[in-house]
Amino acid sequence: MAAVPAINIEKSDPESWSASGDWTLAQSQTIEDLLASLRGAARSLDASAIERLDTDGALMLLEAARRLGVGGQDLRLRQDHARLVDAVRRIEAEEAPEVPAREPGWRVVLAHIGRAVETIFAQLRDLVAFFGLVLMALLRTLLNPGRLRLTATVHHMEQSGIDAVPLVVVLSFLVGAVIAFLGATVMRDFGAELFVVELVSFAFLREFGTLLTAILLAGRTASAFTAQIGTMKGREEIDAIRTMGLDVIDLLVVPRVIALLVMLPILAFLAMLAGIAGGMLVASVNLDIPVDLFITRLQETIQLRHFLVGMSKAPVFALVIALVGCLEGFKVAGTAQSVGERTTSSVVQCISLVIVINAIAAVFFLEVGL
Amino acid sequence: MNAGPVNAEPVIRIRGVRTQFGPVVVHENLDLDVRRGEILGVIGGSGTGKSVLMRAILGLIRPRAGAIEVFGRNVLGDEEGSDYMARRAGVLFQDGALFSSLTVRENVEVPLKSYFPDMSRARRERLALLKIRLAGLPASAAEKLPAELSGGMRKRSGLARALALSPELLFLDEPTAGLDPIGAAAFDELISTLQQALGLTVFLITHDLDTLYAICDRVAVLSQKKVLTIGPIGEVERTDDPWIQEYFHGPRARAAKAAMAAGSGTLGN
Repeated sequence: MAAVPAINIEKSDPESWSASGDWTLAQSQTIEDLLASLRGAARSLDASAIERLDTDGALMLLEAARRLGVGGQDLRLRQDHARLVDAVRRIEAEEAPEVPAREPGWRVVLAHIGRAVETIFAQLRDLVAFFGLVLMALLRTLLNPGRLRLTATVHHMEQSGIDAVPLVVVLSFLVGAVIAFLGATVMRDFGAELFVVELVSFAFLREFGTLLTAILLAGRTASAFTAQIGTMKGREEIDAIRTMGLDVIDLLVVPRVIALLVMLPILAFLAMLAGIAGGMLVASVNLDIPVDLFITRLQETIQLRHFLVGMSKAPVFALVIALVGCLEGFKVAGTAQSVGERTTSSVVQCISLVIVINAIAAVFFLEVGL
Repeated sequence: MNAGPVNAEPVIRIRGVRTQFGPVVVHENLDLDVRRGEILGVIGGSGTGKSVLMRAILGLIRPRAGAIEVFGRNVLGDEEGSDYMARRAGVLFQDGALFSSLTVRENVEVPLKSYFPDMSRARRERLALLKIRLAGLPASAAEKLPAELSGGMRKRSGLARALALSPELLFLDEPTAGLDPIGAAAFDELISTLQQALGLTVFLITHDLDTLYAICDRVAVLSQKKVLTIGPIGEVERTDDPWIQEYFHGPRARAAKAAMAAGSGTLGN
């Protein structure tokens, strides 16, 4: 069906060449090979025998003419092809765009590092500023509770709190079991199996209950907040809210912050219970420590302050997750790609901040002797 | 104005097509011919299935009944049919539908890469740049991301991508929607120029009366689940139908016609 493209010297006159066949994108490989083997010079090139010609063929034809040294007037074309070739020739004749010189690799790396460091500090500064804004809004709400969007708050409590209960409980239970297992293998050598009780409850009350919950919510809720607010930003809903004279922070951020402030401690408490239950199961199955012995030992050795130390961190983490999640949402620039980037950034920031704050808190509480 | 050859064989031939979504019938027994080398404007009220018809021809949705032939080949249903369409038809969606994570040049290279994997990188880049400039964009736009472009430039980029495989058929879904009048007129002229230079057949959905008067060879009116009338705009606007009368003789139509009369035939010359 398709005619094979060709370019030949005419028999009558060695200085006039002719082209024929289909000069189309589908034939581009053949044409390219043809051009690569093109040798010689010509006075004229007769392309009127070309059957089908598209933009790519036209580009190649001009290339062929240039290589043969055939000028514009000596390239003969079928009338319906002339327009196309003219259009391509006009574009090709324009000045070629300047390709920016590539920077050396080490400079790119250095620049990248610099930008990354700057971004971290800029993000922290934004977060502090945003924290201030939200704090003011929270105070306003406190002074005038009627401002609070109750329906939205309850909705977010359900979405980010109650719906997360099964996930938090199951995962904490499993982590608790694993910690008991690890402890058991080490302590059995010393005949100190009973200390598994302290290990698990100490770990979960002081650190893991809250930390695990916060990390899970950073992945589950911070990303949801960012995507929700980011999509609203992209669809100009945020601007619509502003033009109606409503406060974006009151409307979108305060309900989410309050929801997490209430729900994260509750989830952390459930995580503590589930983690200790996981340890209890392993202890009774694997170490022959019956449940009642486990509980008695728990009551004897673990003081209330450990629980309070763990719980005191929960509101802080709640604030970090809600603030970062919302702030990143506001930074979305309107494209689908931007929503993805901001969501990733929000989860990464939340998890990093939670772990860093937890480490600082651990040192602090030990130093002050709690 | 370019009068397409009147008796040319149809490039797209639609016979007895019925499309429906659940119980809602969009087209019933619809016939339509698109002739080689013409710009066919498709108009109709909201919900009359202009975009649905385009999607049916492109194989994005499947009609319940009827036949759609493109270049004499049935394109309904099979994998090969949609592959065939992908090679020979370029589509410009409403907002360009550019891939937001790729630059304009990379967007244009996507179809080239998938259909000509062996093509050298330098040649592919050169071709992509040619299409970008054919679409009336400066070469400096090639390395920009879609988000950095204005609406008009995004449409031109979408057009460059639609032209990547040198299609014979071009589908345009409301190409001038959202453009200012100057940008819209420039885009009309671009379509007209490209259609003549590349010998394209254009299926153009529009609400823009100026576009209809300025560049369309024929106009098809979709209404009552079928093509109510089709022909040169002068004939169509005289059709005795309340919607068509309202459409072509409302205040906006009068303004478009006045503009057309004032600068008659300057487009494309």
